[in-house]
Amino acid sequence: MSLMKFITDSQIWKSIFRHKYPDNPRDQALAVLSNVFLHLHPIKVRKSGVRMSFTWCMGGLTFFLFLVETITGVLLMFYYRPVVEYAYNDIKALRDHVPIGIMRELHRWGAHLMVITVWLHMLRVFLTGSYKPPREFNWNVGVILLVLTLLLSFTGYLLPWDQLAIWAITVGTNMARATPLMGHEGPGAAFIQLGDVSLVTAGSDVRFGLLGSKTVGAATLLRFYVLHCIAVPLGAGLLIAVHFWRVRKDGGISGPM
Amino acid sequence: MSETNDKGRRSFLAAVSTGWALFTAASVAGLGMCVRFLFPNDTFEPATKFKVGYPADFAASSEGVVDKRYKTRGIWIVRTLDGFFVLSTVCTHLGCTPNWLETEKKFKCPCHGSGFYSSGINFEGPAPRPLERFNVSLAADGQLEIDKGKKYQQEKGQWDDPESFLKMEYSV
Repeated sequence: MSLMKFITDSQIWKSIFRHKYPDNPRDQALAVLSNVFLHLHPIKVRKSGVRMSFTWCMGGLTFFLFLVETITGVLLMFYYRPVVEYAYNDIKALRDHVPIGIMRELHRWGAHLMVITVWLHMLRVFLTGSYKPPREFNWNVGVILLVLTLLLSFTGYLLPWDQLAIWAITVGTNMARATPLMGHEGPGAAFIQLGDVSLVTAGSDVRFGLLGSKTVGAATLLRFYVLHCIAVPLGAGLLIAVHFWRVRKDGGISGPM
Repeated sequence: MSETNDKGRRSFLAAVSTGWALFTAASVAGLGMCVRFLFPNDTFEPATKFKVGYPADFAASSEGVVDKRYKTRGIWIVRTLDGFFVLSTVCTHLGCTPNWLETEKKFKCPCHGSGFYSSGINFEGPAPRPLERFNVSLAADGQLEIDKGKKYQQEKGQWDDPESFLKMEYSV
């Protein structure tokens, strides 16, 4: 008995792989179906699904970049501390004292590229009419994903804690104070009252909830770090799953209208 | 044949509905608590009301002497021959901090170039309205006391409010 056959006949192997070598249709199907990571995707893809002139491959590239950002992001997390005293110097250390030295740059370039591929993907979907019925819901899921991508860029921008970061976020979040009903300088804020106690003030409006204080400071840095690393990626991950599932259920990528 | 616990379909549905109603209420309450959690009761920011020294510590001139010593607390103290007023360091365009240019006698914002006179009036750049003023008064011990919790906006006519200005004749 050859070594390969000994291994593949063993109970340990069969416990891991619930199929034989995928050189026949049944095992090829099982290889995808029985894998938790792969089974979100269909077993078979149309030939038109791999035509770059049809799809531009931008959706796939966006997902790839999302994974790149996740991996480079986690690696950065081993050195970066979201604390006012350490943040800026930790970013510098990632460049000067940590091997590779360009991990932060890779993360940043990946972010820029992801925003570009997201917009190109949106353009392609529009040009191919892939938002038309019954695919309207998935288009909306995609729009939310676009907003989440931009929010990831926004929250990540604060983390180096340099002048560019602090002022960009100050200016950006100042818009939140003018939100209707939820911002203390927006229309309708005066009506949200319990008796004569105003519920929407500078210390309790949506801007305050976003910043964690009245000005961009230590609380904001920590909050944006949590949003950037945990909250928004989780939300994006869930919606990505919905987005892929919808494509599959609506006939697969590059399917007929 | 054992006795079945048969209270009927109606009571079963009533029980299940109550269960779901309680579950929904608990979930909504839980979500509400999560949202409330994100609004801290106390931020470790410095007090909004603080004293800045005695009037004698501040020089005066007819156009107004701009004092920068409390700029890190977000205010400029300006003294004219008639008295004191306190300007906010937040540019009314998008929120950056302008700089007082002594030689050019103007506040200039580095972000987009908004310009303000020593009175706080905007005269150049994208700022849509003058700098805001804060409440200034004389404390019991004779020091100037600023209250950033009360602001006065010129475009709303609030600079006429006596609380926004501390009358004090300047004598050398």
